[in-house]
Amino acid sequence: MSVPPPITKLFTRHTLYRALLFLCALTGFGQMPIYKRYYLADIPGFGWLADFYVTRFVHYLGAALLLGLLAYTVADYLMRRRSIGSPSWSAWVRSALLATIVTSGIFFVAKNLAGAYFPPTAIIVGNLLHLGAVMGLLAVSSYCLLFGKGWTSDPGIHKPKRV
Amino acid sequence: MSRGSKRPTLSRRAFLKGGLAAAGLVAGAGTANAALTPGDDHLATLIDISRCIGCGECVAACREANRSEYPQPKKPFPKMYPPRAKVADWSDKQAVDDRLTPYNWLYIQQATITVAGEERDLTIPRRCMHCVNPPCVKLCPWGSAKQLENGISRIDSEICLGGSKCNKVCPWDIPQRQTGVGLYLDLLPNFAGNGVMYKCHRCHARVAAGELPACIEACPEDVQTIGPRREIIAAAHELAKAVGGYVYGEAENGGTNTLYVSPVPFETLREAIETGPGQPDLQPVKDTMAQANQLISAMVMAPIAGAAAAIGKFYAATRSSQEEG
Ligand code: HEM
Ligand code: SF4
Ligand code: SF4
Ligand code: SF4
Repeated sequence: MSVPPPITKLFTRHTLYRALLFLCALTGFGQMPIYKRYYLADIPGFGWLADFYVTRFVHYLGAALLLGLLAYTVADYLMRRRSIGSPSWSAWVRSALLATIVTSGIFFVAKNLAGAYFPPTAIIVGNLLHLGAVMGLLAVSSYCLLFGKGWTSDPGIHKPKRV
Repeated sequence: MSRGSKRPTLSRRAFLKGGLAAAGLVAGAGTANAALTPGDDHLATLIDISRCIGCGECVAACREANRSEYPQPKKPFPKMYPPRAKVADWSDKQAVDDRLTPYNWLYIQQATITVAGEERDLTIPRRCMHCVNPPCVKLCPWGSAKQLENGISRIDSEICLGGSKCNKVCPWDIPQRQTGVGLYLDLLPNFAGNGVMYKCHRCHARVAAGELPACIEACPEDVQTIGPRREIIAAAHELAKAVGGYVYGEAENGGTNTLYVSPVPFETLREAIETGPGQPDLQPVKDTMAQANQLISAMVMAPIAGAAAAIGKFYAATRSSQEEG
C-alpha cells in the first residue's frame, strides 16, 4: 500500500470485489427502513436509497455480479491453487462469511417468489444470518484492509501475476 | 332483487350459508391438487360493488370480531430519535371510520357517478386486497408479516417493529401504524421501530375454523363471495359480463385475492373516490415483485459465466505456455 498503484490496478478483481461489497451493503441495509429516518436519503443523489423497490433491484443486480465474481475466483483458485498458494486464516473466515451471506441471500430470493411460503422463524433466522455475516464480513474486511492481510498465506505469491 | 337473477352461478349456499367448511375450503381440503400457478390454491373474495348499500354492517362486524386484537398503547410514548420519526397515535381516535386506521381495518369508500345518464351513489368496501405475491409480506425485513397458504396475509403484532415498510411497499397504503405497542418497546424504542402495523387479516382464525370472515357474514346484501381464486375469477367475469361491468384485482400487482366488479370503468370510479393516507386508490398497478425477480436468471447465469471465464483463461494460459515450450 506504500507505493501508489498504477491506474490499471484500479480495475483489478480486488477493486471490483470491494465495489460490489459496498454496493450490496449499501442497498442491503436499504432493505431496512432506516435511510429515510436517519436522513441519508436526503443527501442529494441518494434519494433512491429510500425507494425499497429500487434498492432491492440494485441489491439483486449487485448480488448477481458478486456471484459471478465469486464463481470466477473459486474456479480460478481451484485450477491454479498450486501456483497461488494456500489461503490465509482471514481468507477462510471471509469465505465462510461470504458463504453464509450467499446461502441466506439465495434463500431470500427464493422466498420472494410467488407461491413460496416459509415459516416466519426461518425468515428471522435467515435475516439474522445474512445481517450478522454481513456485519462480520465488513468488520473482518476492514481489519484486513487496515493491516494489509491478504487472501493467501504467502504474501509474495499474493502479488498479482501476469496470467 | 331483480338483479339477483343475473348473479353468477357460483353456489352461494355452499360458500355463504354453510360457511367455508361446507364448501370444503378449510385449510388443506381445497389444496389437494397441486397449484398450477401461484394463487390457484388461494381463497379469494368477489366484491359486487353495485350490491353494496353502504350500511356499514361489515365495518361494525369487523370491529366487533377483531376488537380484542386492537392495540392498547402505553403512554407516554418513548421519545424517538431523530425527530423525523413521528408518533402515529389512533388510540384516541378509534371511532374514525372514513379511512383505514389501526382500529379500523375496513371502511366504506364513497363515489358519485353517472351510469347511463343517471346519477348514482356507489359505496365500496375497502380493506387489504390480499395480493397473490404480497410485497408487504415478502419485503418485511423482519419476518413479522406472513402469508398463509390459503392466500391470507397478516402481520404478527407480537413480532412487528412498526417500521412501516409494508405500508410503503403496499400499492394501496393498507397497513396502518400505532405507536407505543409491541416488541420495539423492549429493544431500542428511541432509535428503531415505531409500534405495530395493523390491517385486515381476513379473519384468519375464523377461516381456519371453517367460518366466514366477519364482514362477509354480516353483510345483509351478500356483497362479498368467498371461494377458490380460480372460481372467484370466473364468477367475477361472469358477473361483469352479465351486468356490462368491469373487474379490478385480477391482474393488479400481479394478481390479488380481492376482485371488485363495478358497473362503471375503474378509471371513472377512481376519479370519483377520495384517496389519501389510509384511503386506497383503484389505480392500475403493475406487478411490483416482478421487477427484481426478473434478475434471477442473471443470478443463475453470472456464476456460470464467471466459472467458465476462469476455466477459459486457465486453458488459454496452459496452451500458450505449452506453445512457448
Ligand atoms: C450474493 C448474494 C446475495 C443475495 C442473493 C442477497 C439477497 C438479499 C435479499 C433478497 C435481501 C432482502 C431480504 C428479504 O427479502 O427479507 C437481502 C437483504 C440484505 N442484504 Fe443481501 N444478498 C446478497 C449479498 C449481500 C452482500 C454481499 C451484502 C453486504 C455486504 C448484503 C447485505 C444485505 C443486508 C444488510 C440486507 C438487509 C438485512 C436483512 O433484511 O436481513 N447482501 N439480501
Ligand atoms: S394490499 Fe397491501 S397490505 Fe394487502 S397484501 Fe397487498 S401489499 Fe399487502
Ligand atoms: S376479513 Fe375480517 S379482518 Fe378483514 S375486513 Fe373483513 S372482518 Fe375485518
Ligand atoms: S355490509 Fe354489505 S352492504 Fe353494508 S356496507 Fe358492508 S358490503 Fe356494503
